[in-house]
Amino acid sequence: MLAMAEIQNYTMNFGPQHPAAHGVLRLVLEIDGETIQKADPHIGLLHRATEKLAETKPYNQSIGYMDRLDYVSMMCNEHAYVMAIENLLGVEVPLRAQYIRVMFDEITRVLNHLMWLGAHGLDIGAMTIFLYCFREREDLMDCYEAVSGTRMHATYYRPGGVHRDLPDTMPKYQESKFRSKKELKRMNSAREGSLLDFIEDFTNRFPGCIDDYETLLTDNRIWKQRTVNIGVVSPERAMQLGFTGPMLRGSGVAWDLRKKQPYETYDQMDFDIPIGVNGDCYDRYLVRVEEMRQSNRIIRQCVDWLRINPGPVSADDNKFSPPKRIEMKDDMESLIHHFKLFTEGYCVPEGESYAAIEHPKGEFGVYIISDGANKPYRVKIRAAGFAHLSAMSEMVEGHMLADVVAIIGTQDIVFGEIDR
Amino acid sequence: MMINRLETLAARIDERFGEQMSRVASTCRELTYELDKDDLLEIATALRNEADFGFEMLVDVCGVDYLGYGCDEWTTDSASGTGFSRGVELKAVILDESDEFDARRFAVVYHLLSIQNNIRLRLRVFTGTSNPPIVNSVVDIWNGANWFEREAFDLYGILFKGHPDLRRILTDYGFIGHPFRKDFPMIGNVEVSYDSEEGRVVYKPVSIEPRTLVPRVIRDDNRYSADLKDAGDG
Repeated sequence: MLAMAEIQNYTMNFGPQHPAAHGVLRLVLEIDGETIQKADPHIGLLHRATEKLAETKPYNQSIGYMDRLDYVSMMCNEHAYVMAIENLLGVEVPLRAQYIRVMFDEITRVLNHLMWLGAHGLDIGAMTIFLYCFREREDLMDCYEAVSGTRMHATYYRPGGVHRDLPDTMPKYQESKFRSKKELKRMNSAREGSLLDFIEDFTNRFPGCIDDYETLLTDNRIWKQRTVNIGVVSPERAMQLGFTGPMLRGSGVAWDLRKKQPYETYDQMDFDIPIGVNGDCYDRYLVRVEEMRQSNRIIRQCVDWLRINPGPVSADDNKFSPPKRIEMKDDMESLIHHFKLFTEGYCVPEGESYAAIEHPKGEFGVYIISDGANKPYRVKIRAAGFAHLSAMSEMVEGHMLADVVAIIGTQDIVFGEIDR
Repeated sequence: MMINRLETLAARIDERFGEQMSRVASTCRELTYELDKDDLLEIATALRNEADFGFEMLVDVCGVDYLGYGCDEWTTDSASGTGFSRGVELKAVILDESDEFDARRFAVVYHLLSIQNNIRLRLRVFTGTSNPPIVNSVVDIWNGANWFEREAFDLYGILFKGHPDLRRILTDYGFIGHPFRKDFPMIGNVEVSYDSEEGRVVYKPVSIEPRTLVPRVIRDDNRYSADLKDAGDG
C-alpha cells in the first residue's frame, strides 16, 4: 500500500499506431490518475523533406509534391504554391481560371470537412456519420477525376491558370453483374451532362445531406457531452499561439483570408463567415459544418458564372505555360518553347514572395525565395496544422485521457502537412 | 489600396525605428525589413504591443541558408559547345566546417500578421558569423514560435537563445547533422535497413549515387529587368 501511495504521475505513450492518432502522431502523456498534466507530441514520422526536394527540381515539377502535403485538401495546397510563383513572375491569371480555382478550392474545402467530420465522429463514438460523409466525398472525388484524371493527387493548378478547361462529359458507372439496370440508371442519372451539370446537381442535394449530418450530431446528447467545454481556447490565446482557420474562428475571431485579403475572385462571391462563441470543440464543429453550407453557396455561384463565360484558362505566355499540342506540330517557335519548358523549365526573377490562402485547416502559406534560377532557392511551407498541434499540450491540460482524442479530432490534424 | 497601406506602415516603421530596420525592395507588393539580431527582441516587442503596428500573430518562422545563393550548375554561354551530360553527379558538396560563417549565410525569416490592421510584414535577421549560428528566441513575445524555432534548429542548426525546449522535431531520434543546410547532401549520409541476422534495424553509409536530371541555370530575362518593369508599372 505504501508503494501505491508514492506513485503520483506516470507517463503514457499514445500512438504512433493508434487509430485515433490520425496518421503517425506519437504523444507522450504525463498523467495523474486519468487527468492529463502535459502532452508532448512527437512528430516527424512522415517527414519527407518536401522543401528540400523542391529546391532540386524545376518549379513545375514540385506542384505534385504539394498534393501530397495535406492529402485531404490537395488542390488548396497547389493553389498557394502556384500563387507564390505567379507573384514572382508577375502573371495575371485569366478570369475563367480564377473562377475554376475558386470552385475547386471550395470543393476541396467540402472534401476536407467531410473527411474531418467522419473521422472526428468515429474517434468519439459516432459510427454512422462516417459512412454518410464518405458517400458524398465519393461524388466530389469524381469531380477531381473528371477534371484532372486522378481522384486525389490532381496537379491541376499551374502557374498562370489551370491545366485544362472543364470537361463536357462525366465518367459513368459501367454495367456489372453486381448492379441491376435500374440501379445503374439511377447511379448515372446525374452524370449524363457535363461536369458543371454534375456539380450543380451536387449543390442542390448537398444542403439536405448536411441536414442529415446535423440530425445525427448537433443535438445528440453524447456528442455534446464529448465536445462541449472541451479544449477551450480564448481568442487572445488563439492569436498568441498562431491559430488560423476554423480553430481561430471557433474562438470568436472573425478572420478569414477569403474576406480580409481576397485572392482570385473571392471578392465577387456572396458568402458568410461563421464564428464560434466559446472556443470549444463543439463550436468548432458548428463552424466547420456551417462552412460547408457556405462553400456550397460559393460552388453554386461559380457554376452559374462558368456556364455563361467561356474563355482561356491559362495565361497566354509560352515562357511558362506550354503551347497547345496542335500548335507545337507546325510552329517552330512553339516547339522550341515546349522543348525548353519540359527540359529546363522557366527561370523566375530574383525575389521572394509569401502567398497564403484560406486552406480548409487554416492559413496555408508558401514562401519562395528565388535567386533567378529555374529551381527555387528555398521553399518554406507554412502548414496550419503545425501551429495547431504545437498548442496540443496547452489544450489537453486538465482534461481526461478520452478528451485527448476529441482534441486531436477538433484540430483537424493531417500529418502530410505537419511533417512535410 | 493595398500599396497605400503598405507605404503607410513603411513610413511608420521608418519613423519609429529609423536606422534599426532597413527595407528590402520587393517586386511582389510585400514589405520586408532586415534588422540586426541584437535589436530583434526590442523591435519585436514594439511591433506586437504598439497600436500603430499591432502584429499580434506570428504566422511563420523559418531558417534560410544562403550558401551558394545565385550560383548555377551550368554556364550557358559555353554550353552549346560542351553540353550538360544528363544524370551527371552533383557538384561536390562544399562542406562548410569553418569556425566562422559568412555573415550573410544563415538568416531567420519571420512572417508577422496584424489581424487588427489586416497587414503582413516580413522580418529577416542574419545570424552573423558565429558557429553555431544563434539568435534570440521570440517565444516569450509570440508563444506560437515554439515549434517553428525548434524546426529551424533541427533543419538548420540555428540556436535560439531563451527557447524553453530546443529539441529536434522533424528528424529521426538520434539524427546527426542539419539536413536543410545547403552543404548537407540531398541523398543523406546514412540509410536504414533491417538486418535479419542481427535481428535489428541497422544504419549504414548511404549507397545510392547522387545525380541531377535538370541542371540549375540562371538566365538573364530582360522582361524582368528593373527598368523595364518600372516602366511597365508607370
